[in-house]
Amino acid sequence: MPKREDLKSVLVIGSGPIVIGQAAEFDYSGTQALRVLKEEGIRVILVNSNPATIMTDPEFADATYIEPITPEVVEKIIAKERPDAILPTLGGQTALNTAIALDKAGVLEKYNVELIGANIAAIELGEDREKFKGVVERCGAESAKSVIVHTMDEAFAAVEILNYPVVVRPSFTMGGLGSGMAYDATDLRRIAGAGLQYSPTTEVLLEESILGWKEYELEMMRDKKDNVVVICSIENFDPVGVHTGDSITVAPALTLTDREYQRLRDISIAVIREVGVDTGGCNIQFAIEPDTGRIVVIEMNPRVSRSSALASKATGFAIAKIATKLSLGYTLDEIPNDITLKTPAAFEPALDYVVVKVPRFAFEKFPAADATLTTTMKSVGEAMAIGRNFTEALQKALRSLEQKGSELEFNTPAASEVEPLIAASVKGSTSRLSNVQRALLGGASIEHIFEETGIDPWYLDQLALINETAAMIRSNPDLNEEVLREAKRHGFSDAQIAALTNKPEAVVRGIRHALGVRPVFKTVDTCAAEFEAFTPYHYSSYDEETEVRAHEKPSVIILGSGPNRIGQGIEFDYSCVHATMALRAAGYETVMVNCNPETVSTDYDVSTRLYFEPLTLEDVLEVIHAEESTGGVLGVFVQLGGQTPLKLAQELANAGVPILGTSPEAIELAEHRGAFQRVLDAGGLIAPKNGTAVSFDEAKRIADEIGYPVLVRPSYVLGGRGMEIVYDEANLARYILNATEITADHPVLVDRFLEDAIEIDVDALFDGTDLYVGGIMEHIEEAGIHSGDSACVLPPITLGKDVRDRVVAATHAIAEGVGVRGLINIQFALASDILYVIEANPRASRTVPFTSKATGVQLAKAAAMIGVGVSIADLRSVHHMLPESGDGANLPEGAPVSVKEAVMPFARFRTPEGKVVDSLLGPEMRSTGEVMGIDKYFDTAFAKSQAAANNPLPTSGKVFVSVANSDKRSIVIPVKHLAEMGFEILSTGGTAEVLRRNGIPSSVVRKVREGSAEGESNIVDLITNGDIAMILNTPSGGEARGDGYEIRAAAVSVGTPIITTVAEFGAAIQAIDAMRHFEWSVASLQEHAVTLRDAGIAEAAALAADTKAGARA
Amino acid sequence: MTAVQGTEQALLVLEDGRVFRGRSYGAIGTALGEAVFSTGMSGYQETLTDPSYAAQIIVQTFPHIGNTGVNDEDAESKRIWAAGYVVREAARRPSNWRSQRTLDEELVTYDVVGISRIDTRALTRHLREAGAMKSGIFSGTAAEAPLETLIKIVNEQPSMAGANLSERVSTKEAYVVEPKDHGFTGEVEFSIAAIDLGIKAMTPQRFAERGVRVHVLPYNATLETITATGADGVFVSNGPGDPATAATQVELVRSVLDAKIPYFGICFGNQILGRALGYDTYKLAFGHRGINQPVLDKATGTVEITSQNHGFAVDAPREGASMAPLDRFGRVEVSHLSLNDNVVEGLACLDIPAFSVQYHPEAAAGPHDASHLFDRFITTMRAAKNAPATTADSTQGEK
Repeated sequence: MPKREDLKSVLVIGSGPIVIGQAAEFDYSGTQALRVLKEEGIRVILVNSNPATIMTDPEFADATYIEPITPEVVEKIIAKERPDAILPTLGGQTALNTAIALDKAGVLEKYNVELIGANIAAIELGEDREKFKGVVERCGAESAKSVIVHTMDEAFAAVEILNYPVVVRPSFTMGGLGSGMAYDATDLRRIAGAGLQYSPTTEVLLEESILGWKEYELEMMRDKKDNVVVICSIENFDPVGVHTGDSITVAPALTLTDREYQRLRDISIAVIREVGVDTGGCNIQFAIEPDTGRIVVIEMNPRVSRSSALASKATGFAIAKIATKLSLGYTLDEIPNDITLKTPAAFEPALDYVVVKVPRFAFEKFPAADATLTTTMKSVGEAMAIGRNFTEALQKALRSLEQKGSELEFNTPAASEVEPLIAASVKGSTSRLSNVQRALLGGASIEHIFEETGIDPWYLDQLALINETAAMIRSNPDLNEEVLREAKRHGFSDAQIAALTNKPEAVVRGIRHALGVRPVFKTVDTCAAEFEAFTPYHYSSYDEETEVRAHEKPSVIILGSGPNRIGQGIEFDYSCVHATMALRAAGYETVMVNCNPETVSTDYDVSTRLYFEPLTLEDVLEVIHAEESTGGVLGVFVQLGGQTPLKLAQELANAGVPILGTSPEAIELAEHRGAFQRVLDAGGLIAPKNGTAVSFDEAKRIADEIGYPVLVRPSYVLGGRGMEIVYDEANLARYILNATEITADHPVLVDRFLEDAIEIDVDALFDGTDLYVGGIMEHIEEAGIHSGDSACVLPPITLGKDVRDRVVAATHAIAEGVGVRGLINIQFALASDILYVIEANPRASRTVPFTSKATGVQLAKAAAMIGVGVSIADLRSVHHMLPESGDGANLPEGAPVSVKEAVMPFARFRTPEGKVVDSLLGPEMRSTGEVMGIDKYFDTAFAKSQAAANNPLPTSGKVFVSVANSDKRSIVIPVKHLAEMGFEILSTGGTAEVLRRNGIPSSVVRKVREGSAEGESNIVDLITNGDIAMILNTPSGGEARGDGYEIRAAAVSVGTPIITTVAEFGAAIQAIDAMRHFEWSVASLQEHAVTLRDAGIAEAAALAADTKAGARA
Repeated sequence: MTAVQGTEQALLVLEDGRVFRGRSYGAIGTALGEAVFSTGMSGYQETLTDPSYAAQIIVQTFPHIGNTGVNDEDAESKRIWAAGYVVREAARRPSNWRSQRTLDEELVTYDVVGISRIDTRALTRHLREAGAMKSGIFSGTAAEAPLETLIKIVNEQPSMAGANLSERVSTKEAYVVEPKDHGFTGEVEFSIAAIDLGIKAMTPQRFAERGVRVHVLPYNATLETITATGADGVFVSNGPGDPATAATQVELVRSVLDAKIPYFGICFGNQILGRALGYDTYKLAFGHRGINQPVLDKATGTVEITSQNHGFAVDAPREGASMAPLDRFGRVEVSHLSLNDNVVEGLACLDIPAFSVQYHPEAAAGPHDASHLFDRFITTMRAAKNAPATTADSTQGEK
C-alpha cells in the first residue's frame, strides 16, 4: 500500500512547553515527523508554542507557527493554511486533546481537514476508563475488578469479592476528593462512608488493589493493513504504585517466560485492534500478580508517548518516524529499517543488551513537597544507559544522573539501620534503590525485602551481586586485571573503585589503562547482530570486541547535557543539535555523547556517530580514546551542553584533549570572582558590591559592608540552585548553617541585592575580534526572580538606544576580557540608570533558542563554526549564517516582538499533608519549560505567551487584588484601568481601602483567617469555586504571607491565572486591553523572517530557503 | 562431574580456530555440534527442548539467560536436545511464580555442557559473516588439552550438511494426543497422522485445542500405518538435520500426495514437501533462528511475525504459480517469503490439498500470529472430505 497521493499539506501539532510528564521526547518525535513529511514532498505546517525545540526551527517546516496550542488559535492556522490533514499523535496529550476539541467544535468538518494517524472514536475508547474496561473484556483479558456500591452493606458485600486492600473512589467528586485505600473494615467504614457522603450520586467505586504487582509496558505499532508489531517490552523495577515515568525501568522485560510474554503480546494486539488505533504507535500497560501470574490491563495510550521515545532509543527502531510514514499510507513492510538497510521495518527488534532508565527528580527545589513516589509523575528528566548485562546498565544509568549520591555506595549499615531501610523502601521514593541495596549490604534477605517491597527477587539478587562485587574489590586493593575486569563487568566506575580501595580516581584509571582494561563499543542494531548495521549508534561495555569503524576525518566531539533537570533542559540539547547540524553541513564528522533518551541529540542519525554514554570524565575519556584510535579527534565542544560538559573542561584539557571554542582557562576566569572583577575593572564596568565567604563571620562582615538585602548563593551552579535573597542577619546565619557544602573551593557568594532593578539578558557571539549580539532581552519581573522563571521580551521594549549601546559595549568588553570564542550570556541589572554586571557565562545559555527564533538567526550553529576557527566576518559574508550587517542589539521598529514566559510545575507537587506547594517566584529557578508569544506589538505577544503557558488572561469577570504595602501605590492606575474595562474588583481590607480612596469601586471579601461567615465565602472559597477570573497577589512578610499562601495554593489547584509581581500585572493589563480590542492574528516564523528582512535586518541564510512560504502572506 | 556453576574454566572452539574463553555452565565436559545463534529474547526453555536443535550448540544472543528458571509446563519435548549451550550471563537465581528449578540444574540433568561469560555478540557477528560452523565447548579437564588438539576434535565431528537425525529425535512408539486433554469439549471431527521427525509438544496441542485428534507416528511411518489410524490428513513435523537425507520421508509424502490426502508440513515438513514436489533444498549461511522473523503472506499481503529455526531452505520459483518439477502434483506457488532475505517460507499446492510453512505457527517460543494455519488445515481437510473430487482450491481456503 504505497503513500497516499491526496495529502499535499499536513499540519503537525506539537506538545507545547516542557512540563513534568510531557517533555523533550515530543520534540524528538515531532522533529522526526517533520523530517519524514518534508522528505515525502508534503507541505508541512507546524504549531508549537515552545521555542526551545528543534522542531520549531524554520527549516523543519514550510510554515512554523510559534503560537499558543489552543483550539481557537489552531483554527486560525487551519483557516489560513487550509491543510489537507492534521497529524495529532506525535505531540503528546496536548496535541491529541487539541485535535479532539477541534473535531468537537466542528472545525475539522468545516475546513474539510482529515485526522491522520488517529481517529476520535479510538482515542475515546482508549482514554475513557469505563469504555476501555469494556474493550479489555471483549479481548478476553481482565481489568482490575471493581464494584459500584451505594450503601455500606453493598460495600461490605463487594469486599468479599475484591478482598482487602481495596481502592475507594467516590463518583463525580473533584480531583479525587474522598478517595483512598482501605486495608480493613474500619478503613472501609471510614473512607467509603465519607465517600458516599461526598458523592453527589451517593455512589462509590470499589476496586481491587494491584499495588505491589509487577508492572510491564509494551510498545506497539500498527499499519493500515493491520500488521501489528511489538517494538519493545519494558519492565518496571518498582512494582505497581509508582508512575512508570518515576520508576527505574528495564528493557526488555527480564522476568517473564515466553508464554507469559506472548500472552501480553496477544492481549496487546487484540486491544489495539478492538480500540481501532488507526496507524502508528501506542502503548499498553499491564500488572501481573507475582504469586499467580494473573494479568490485569492497566491502561493504554493511543499515541506516541514518553515510553515510545525510550523504546526508540532502546531498540534503534525509530517509532515516531515510522508512525509518520504509516500515517501517510505506507505499510510496515514497505519501509526499510534504517539501521540494516536491507530488512524492512515490519519486524520486532531483538536486543542483545539491557537498557536501564532512571528518573531524575528535583525535590530539592520544592522542599515543602512530599517526595513519596505515587501514580502522579514527579520526575523532571531521565537518563538511560545500555550495558551487556543488567548490573552494567544500572550502574551506568545511575552515574548518568550526575547527582550526588546517585552512584551506589558500599558502607555497610549498622544492624539497627537495616529494618528502617526496609521500612523506608515499602513505598516508592528517590532513594528506594539505594535503601534496598544497603539493606542487603546490612544482611537483609532477598525474600524479606521482596515480601516488604514487592521488588522482584531477580533484581534484588542483581543488587546483591553488585554488593558482592564491591566486597571483592575492597578485598583486592592492588587491583589486578582480573579484579578490574570483574568490577567493570558489573558497571563499577573508576570513582567507585577508587572509593572502595582508598585511591584517587585518577590512580585507578592509570592502573586500569596500564593493564589495558578498557571498554569496547558495541552497536545498537535492532537485530542482535543478525544483520550488518550501518548506523554507528554505540554504547560501551567491558567485553571483547569493539565495533567502532575507522574514520577518515578527525572527529568533532560534542558533549551533550545529560538528563533534563530544572535549570538545564531541552535548550541545551537544542544548541548541541544545532552544532552537529552546522558542522556536518560544513563537512565535519561529528560525534555526540549523551545519555538522555528524550532528546533529539540522541537520535541515531543526527550526528555522524552517537555514543549513548554517561557524561562523566571517565566515560567521556573512553569515548575520546575510541575515536582517537580509529581516526583521530579534532577537538571537543564543552560549551553547548550547559554545566554538565563545562565542568569537565579543565580535566579534559589536562588529559591533553583539545577543547574547541572558549578555553577552559577562560571558563574558569568567568567563574572566578577575583579574576572576573579584573575583567570588569579593565572595561570600566561595575558589579553589585559583593564578596566571597567560606564562613558565617565572613559572610556577615560582607553583608554589613554592602548592606541588606543581599543575594547569597553557592558558586558553580546552574538554575539558581540554593540561591536566596536574605533580608537580615538572622536569615543569613540560617542560610550559612544549611549550606552544608561550603569549602574553600566552593565558597558562598554574597552580592548586594538591587531592588527595583530591570534585569537584562544578552546572548552574544565573539570570535576574538568581532562581537555579534544575538539579542538583548528585557525581563518583565524585577531583578530577584531567577531569569529562568522570569518572563522577558525581545527586543527590549523600554530600553532606549543609549542603554542598548552601553549593554553592547559592556558585552564586548567582557567577551574580549574573558577570551570567549563562541557564545556568551551576560546578565545585567539596570538600577537608577546604572548598568550592573550580574554574571557572565561563556557558554550556550537557556535563552539561545528563544533569541534565535525571535531574530531569525541561529546562534548555536554560528558558535559551532567559531569553535572550529571560522570568523564572524566570514559567517556574515561567506557562510551567510549571520546577517551581512547589523545584529540583534538594535532591531528595527518593524521587527516583531517576542515574549518568553516560564512554565511552572507547582500543581504537580503536594506537601505531605496533601496541600499544594507555594507558587511564589524567587531567585531559585523552578520552571520546567518555556513558551514564546510573538506578534507585532508587546501587548498581544504577552497575551499569547500567557495563553501558551496555560494561563490565559481573562477579558471579563472578577479580579481579586491583594498586595503588599510597598506595592499599593503602584497598583492604583492599573486596577483603575481594569475596572474601567468592566472587571469587578474584589479585595481584602487594606487594599480595598486604598482602592476606595482612589475612586475605584471594589467589593471586600473575607480573608482566609477571618473564616467563612454565614452565607459569605472567604477568598479561598471563591477561588476554589471558580468565581475568580484573575488574581493579583504580591507577597509580603508576616501574617499576610500565610494568607497569601492559601490564596496562591487555591489558584494553582484550580488553575486560576495568578500574578505575583506588579511589573507582570502591568503587562497583563496591557495584554487584556489588547485582547478586548483586537482579534489575534497568526503568523509563521517564515513570515516574520520576511518582516525582519524588510525592516532592514539582513536575512539569515538558514531562512533563505523558506521565504517563499512567507511571501504568501 | 561437578555441577557448580561458573567455577571451571571453559573454552568455545570453532572449526576455523577462533576461540572464546569463559566459565562453565551446566554440565562439565565436552560438547560438539554446529554453532548456531538464536535471537529470541524469551523462551530459552522451549528452545533448548526443541528437537530441531539436536546436534547443535545454541548461542543465545540475548545476554541474560535462566532468569525465569525451568518449569514442568513449557518444555517442547521430554528432554534438552541442544548439544551445547552458549550464554553471556547465566542467572544466579531464577525468579518466576512457575519456576521449579534452575536452568543450570536442568543442563546438568541432561548432561548438556555449556559456557557462559563470553562475548556472544562477537561470536554472533563471526557466525553471521563466516556461516554456522562446527564447534566445541570444553570445560573442566577437557579444556586443559592443547588448543590444536581441541581444534582437531572440533573438525573431526560430522558436518550438519548430510546429517540424518530423524531416528534419534523421533518417538519410538506411536501415541495419540486427545482434544479432550487440551480443553476441547466438542465432538471430534477430524484426526490426523503426525509424523514425528522432532515434533514439538505445542504442535499436537494446537491441533487438539481445535478438536483434532493427533496420532503421532514415528519417523519410519508408512502409508499403511497412516491409513490404519483413519487419519483425515497427514502432518510432517519440524526436525533436525539435512532434508536431502530424508529420502524415506520424501517418498512417503509423495504417496500421501498421490492419494490426495490433505497434507500440512512445518519446517522440516516444508522442506520434505518441497523435495517431494521435486524442488531442491540448500543450506543457508547462518539460518533463521529467532522469534521476530517477518514473513510476507503473499495471498493477503500481510506480515506475520514468526518463530523460526531453520538452517536449510527450499529452492522454488518465488513469483507466481508454476508446475511442480514432478508435474503429476500440478501447480505450486510459493505462498510465504521472508521479508529479511527473501527465503522461501511456505509452499501451497494449487491442484492437490497440500501446503506447508518453513516457520513455526505453533510458536513455542514465539508469537502467535500464524496460529490460523492450523485452522486452515482443518478447512482443507473439511473440503477434501466433502468434495473429494475437486480439491483444487482447497488450500486457498482459510478460517
